[in-house]
Amino acid sequence: MEKFTILKGIAAPLPLVNVDTDMIMPKQFLKTIKRTGLGKAVLFDMRFNDDGSEKADFVLNQEPYRNAKVLIAGANFGCGSSREHAPWGLLDFGFRCIIAPSFADIFYNNCFKNGILCITLPQAEIDKLTAQAQKGNTKGNDFTVDLAQKTITTPDGTVTKFEIDDTRRHNLLNGLDDIGLTLQHAEKITSFEAKQKAEQPWLYA
Amino acid sequence: MAAPRTLYDKLWDSHVVHTDTGGNALLYIDLHLTHEVTTPQAFEGLRAAHRKMRRTDKTIAVPDHNVPTTPDRLQKIDDPESRMQLETLEENARDFGVPYIPMSDIRQGIVHIIGPEQGLTQPGKTIVCGDSHTATHGAFGALAFGIGTSDVEHVLATQTLQMKKSKNLRVLVDGALPTGVTAKDLVLAIIGKMGTAGGTGHVVEYVGQVFKDLSMEGRMTVCNMTIEAGARAGLIAPDEKTFEYLKGKPHAPKAGQWEQAVAYWKTLKTDEGAVFDKEIRLNAAEIVPHVTWGTSPEDVLPITANVPNPNDFADPNKKAAAKRALEYMGLTPGTPLEKVKIDKVFIGSCTNGRIEDMRAVAAVLKGKKIASHVGMLVVPGSGLVKHQAEEEGLDKIFIAAGAEWREPGCSMCLGMNPDILQPGERCASTSNRNFEGRQGRGGRTHLLSPGMAAAAAVTGYLTDVRKVQ
Repeated sequence: MEKFTILKGIAAPLPLVNVDTDMIMPKQFLKTIKRTGLGKAVLFDMRFNDDGSEKADFVLNQEPYRNAKVLIAGANFGCGSSREHAPWGLLDFGFRCIIAPSFADIFYNNCFKNGILCITLPQAEIDKLTAQAQKGNTKGNDFTVDLAQKTITTPDGTVTKFEIDDTRRHNLLNGLDDIGLTLQHAEKITSFEAKQKAEQPWLYA
Repeated sequence: MAAPRTLYDKLWDSHVVHTDTGGNALLYIDLHLTHEVTTPQAFEGLRAAHRKMRRTDKTIAVPDHNVPTTPDRLQKIDDPESRMQLETLEENARDFGVPYIPMSDIRQGIVHIIGPEQGLTQPGKTIVCGDSHTATHGAFGALAFGIGTSDVEHVLATQTLQMKKSKNLRVLVDGALPTGVTAKDLVLAIIGKMGTAGGTGHVVEYVGQVFKDLSMEGRMTVCNMTIEAGARAGLIAPDEKTFEYLKGKPHAPKAGQWEQAVAYWKTLKTDEGAVFDKEIRLNAAEIVPHVTWGTSPEDVLPITANVPNPNDFADPNKKAAAKRALEYMGLTPGTPLEKVKIDKVFIGSCTNGRIEDMRAVAAVLKGKKIASHVGMLVVPGSGLVKHQAEEEGLDKIFIAAGAEWREPGCSMCLGMNPDILQPGERCASTSNRNFEGRQGRGGRTHLLSPGMAAAAAVTGYLTDVRKVQ
């Protein structure tokens, strides 16, 4: 996993509630056996017309948002299906950070597994960030997300603090591999299995 | 004396392998259900890191999302991407040694239907799957929840998950359901009350006589849709009905261990005085048949109601969402829901693809024809459900009424196979999600119970099933 330290880039506003993972990554793109290449499919029905042409009024089809790295979203972002194709697509498009009033649990977890930082802030803060993103942040005068400092700096220089679970922060900052970390506890897993087998033998029959 | 614990507390405590100082736990997983859509990248990850699977004996693989439901499916699968994904699952199962149920096997079906059918789903287990409707298995008093593909890989490699404990939420329902009102109506009413994010960060326990009165099938319908209220897992404490259901199932504990297992399962209930972080309360007697009108499962109303007006919503975000939903759904505020004309009916899915659901549909359709403008698909949740339905002659009722009787799979619940809605088509569906584009780009979904779906098929409009029966 790629480390996440300081992210500098354009923020795109998407102030809609309950954006589900079917919207983020429609079913026809779940047939891939790879993790890569899903950026072109992200938010597909919002981005493209039936004939495949772009919907001009959609934010990600406008400058400077085509190159956005931060997404400012609405409440309950990523609800519904557990499909990790949704974060894979967002990552492939270029997003490394999503800021919203709330996230669905599975999606939230999936994002961190892929090096995407999800930040939860109160709606009033989100409204301010959305306004900043809508005013047009430009290249060089855009958003900065600093995970070590736990701050977001907007184009007008306003600094917003955020909170994040220490373990998630540590793992992102260092780009740590979850499986590798867990395998350090292999002996504990083995002794758990031995104890469980003694107490609940039917689980091992 | 130890502090009283909830059922979730007990399930959690009994599976913690290790906890660090920050409260992050390593949770042991007793059963890993896998299917073709969310596993290819996980197996690929194992290969790339030269890692092995830890426990093939606690894993099972079955194709369900992509499989066609037409009778010729064993001869050919037209879509090359679907075929590739199905072949990849078979190949991975073979290479890693995972028990695999092929499409040609009578036991094949939707992963959440076959877990219980095979007796793999048991009280007290932790169960995961790369699918959010894994919540279904909570009906047996198992801690069951959906995970993403990275976590699928983590479970394959370590048989554990890194996670933090959720909070406890109790959904307490008093009284009994009126006649003609089912588990689906009950869970839709609960979601309407909780909201689609009401359970976020929580594990739900369903408490009240109404859940005890439900069949195991009904309990599975309720727990299945827990995720639509934002909670990853829903629980119903196991009882005699649970044990009766499991007894004699292929993977249930065998004689000698059965009594020991049941004795343990009987301890799996919330202690007197245990504390819940949040509580939602409903009165079952007030629940009538429900149907969704919008594009989120929380957009739900009694069938006797009218399409709402976005101006009825005080919250500006909700108002905007309702406006967008009505536009997408092609509905006018104030229209009685019973005046909404439908084009398609879908019976099936992990929510309502079990034998009891087939029976409920047949009870409405018996001796009737579906409306001439309606197309209806009946898709059993598994080969065993199909077989049982045919034994009971239900297939003949469906076919005589004008419906199509199909092979088992996820089908039109999410349209990864050829069963999809065309743009603008309106479907009365027993599935679990009415999201934009879920059943096909531009397709319009109304979620309801199997009986309600059958009633809609007969009249051609959303219909109160109590009038048809």
